[in-house]
Amino acid sequence: MTVRVQTADFDAGREIAALRDGDARVGAVAAFIGTVRDVNDAAHVSTLTLEHYPGMTEKALEAIVAEATTRFDILDALVIHRVGTLAPTDQIVLVAVTGGHRGEAFDACRFLMDYLKTRAPFWKKETTPEGARWVDARASDDEAAARWEPPAATR
Amino acid sequence: MPDSRSSADVTVHLVYLARLREAFGRAGEALTLSGGDATVAAVIALLRTRGGAYAAELAAGRAVRIAVNHTLVGGVDSAVRDGDEVALLPPVTGG
Repeated sequence: MTVRVQTADFDAGREIAALRDGDARVGAVAAFIGTVRDVNDAAHVSTLTLEHYPGMTEKALEAIVAEATTRFDILDALVIHRVGTLAPTDQIVLVAVTGGHRGEAFDACRFLMDYLKTRAPFWKKETTPEGARWVDARASDDEAAARWEPPAATR
Repeated sequence: MPDSRSSADVTVHLVYLARLREAFGRAGEALTLSGGDATVAAVIALLRTRGGAYAAELAAGRAVRIAVNHTLVGGVDSAVRDGDEVALLPPVTGG
């Protein structure tokens, strides 16, 4: 299980190859890449700056990955999230999951993204022609994460 | 706990993130709680008494989550201890 927070871009092909790493138990790889759009809430976006909470971010991502491994029958998982200033079409996040079969790999990948969107301490600030603005959280993201409940929290 | 610790001051290190950092004009500060009510709720209540951006951003109904020592807490009744890092997080928007 690997989580990384970095300013540098990533090569999804190389990352996925490393995740599989000759593991013959793997029959399925599911991956998601989030990228920067040039329009958000009807405004043109020229740059997107991602801020995080150093010290907590990796810990939060590791907790989300650990939760995925308890919920789904998967072999390995990788989360890479970029921070700093990005431009439209840039890659933001990579989530990749390996498993024996596609069902659990797909589900775990979606779960990881849904939880990351609502629990990992990242914030987006957009630059638009009208100025800079913090991106608002979306109720739809909370709803997406809520679909994975229960099980009820045990902590 | 009864009164054995009530006289002890508790100093926490506050961290303000993203929108809150900009609204407050600072990345963080030390805050001392006295009177024995060392909880997340007491931190929020003390900050609100400053008025201005603090009262506005931390008003009831505003979505602010709290992390103590890098772990999100379940509610404002959570205790804080001397030396804790208490972070105020706007709703997250990563991914």
